[in-house]
Amino acid sequence: MSKCHCSVKIKNLRVKRGGNIILDNVTLTANHGETLALIGKNGAGKTTFLKAILGGVDYSGTIGFFDSNGVKIPNPKIGYVPQRLGFDKNTPITVLDFLCANLTNFPVWFGHKSKQRKKALEILERVGAQNHINKSIGRLSGGELQRVLLASALEPRPDILILDEPVSAVDRKGTSTFYSIIESMREEYHMPIILVSHDLGHVVKYANSYALINHTVLEIDKAENLSKSHKVQEIFGMDLTGGDKIWK
Amino acid sequence: MEMIYSVMENILPFSWVEYTFMKNALIAILLAAPLFGLVGTMIVNNKMSFFSDAMGHCALTGIAIGVMLGIENYAVSMLAFAILFAIGIASIIESDVSSSDTIIGVFSSAGIAVGIVILSANGGFSKYSGYLVGDILSITKNEILLLAIIFLVVISVWIFSFNKLMLASLNADMAKSKRINVKLYKNLFAVLIALIVTVSIKWVGMLIINSLLVLPAAAAKNIVKSMRAYHIVSVLFSLFSGICGLVLSYYIGTSAGATIVLISSIIFFGTFFVNRFYNLN
Repeated sequence: MSKCHCSVKIKNLRVKRGGNIILDNVTLTANHGETLALIGKNGAGKTTFLKAILGGVDYSGTIGFFDSNGVKIPNPKIGYVPQRLGFDKNTPITVLDFLCANLTNFPVWFGHKSKQRKKALEILERVGAQNHINKSIGRLSGGELQRVLLASALEPRPDILILDEPVSAVDRKGTSTFYSIIESMREEYHMPIILVSHDLGHVVKYANSYALINHTVLEIDKAENLSKSHKVQEIFGMDLTGGDKIWK
Repeated sequence: MEMIYSVMENILPFSWVEYTFMKNALIAILLAAPLFGLVGTMIVNNKMSFFSDAMGHCALTGIAIGVMLGIENYAVSMLAFAILFAIGIASIIESDVSSSDTIIGVFSSAGIAVGIVILSANGGFSKYSGYLVGDILSITKNEILLLAIIFLVVISVWIFSFNKLMLASLNADMAKSKRINVKLYKNLFAVLIALIVTVSIKWVGMLIINSLLVLPAAAAKNIVKSMRAYHIVSVLFSLFSGICGLVLSYYIGTSAGATIVLISSIIFFGTFFVNRFYNLN
């Protein structure tokens, strides 16, 4: 098997808002089958970085997606799992409604075609959430909802998967389930994954490499070196050598 | 139109059917109620009830501008102005300068103030006070025709764009990742609300238009869990309170619009307690 070259290359990214430079000179590459963690304090520009990839803010510089042969993809498919949805608990949208709205233009208030329903079930099976298909999304636990969002992000198969603090509202068991699904998806799909997390323990455990960001890239290294990094220590202001507890 | 009248006279066994204004009012309700029910679902989900209220207030400025320009049919100036206002509000909210309820509040107050200032300067506001409460019995054939056109527009948008509208409202970034033009759909929805509010304002009235949009959907939301049930129940509630309110107001001699709202409110509280009691959703 020849080497796969699919990747996302970000070069000299610069984002300005209202005279302030939020991101400057950001150059990063997320490779095939790799989970790259973005870490940094609040307001360091992580969310803006994601918005630039998603197409929500104006930027200068380049963001390029490349397929397995190293050829540029003109209209890349992006899978995005947000931190939360921002709806209230009683919103009458079932998991099936949510998935079908993504799958088809056939209005979900009209009902669902059996073909769509089958497809939705298939998508849910990938993340082990098939039992929740008829539940309303407000009734799911934090972990269940994130798995449903992940299922939706993986259809159609994305060229990159972006996870924006995906487990901030999920309990410990749900977190490990979520990440083990991510790991098996990474093996199966080989896509690059960008993970934003404030939990350095998760980064060491589940990511391959990390990029420390504070309006620009301060450091890029392998995840196992995170706990030895002086720059990380400086930014997060803690004693990493003795602080076993935060590393879980 | 005459055909519809004769059909109504033949199938409805009530004495009020002989009055043309009652027949017109009933047709208007049969067209408008499903619209209120449908669009209300999204207004309630998006927490936009304040926005639709502001649209009602802005209609007054639309009328005032129409009067100033000497336009015979206020509906034209109201529509144009409301669409402008709707997109204006949506864009300012999008720019994230201030919180959305503040922005809507400012537009809403300014809209009603400009309207009152201009109209009262032109020799007394009382001529236009009908727009505050509205009179469904005053609806004309042309207005019904306009309502029918809006009906078709809204239903088409709801059939062809609903899924994208829903996703854009759930999480804008997630919708963008699926290549949905979030701004376009948000503006489209704002314009729809503007259309519905302006064509209805004359016979529903500025003070209660928002209740008709919000109450049926809010009541439905208490007792359903899927989008399909939400829409069906909301439209049924809207139709039920619309028809009952009209007929009831005829017999007890009250304002039709307010009677409809009263029935909707009773339904809302009913479903609210059903929800509490059975712990639904």
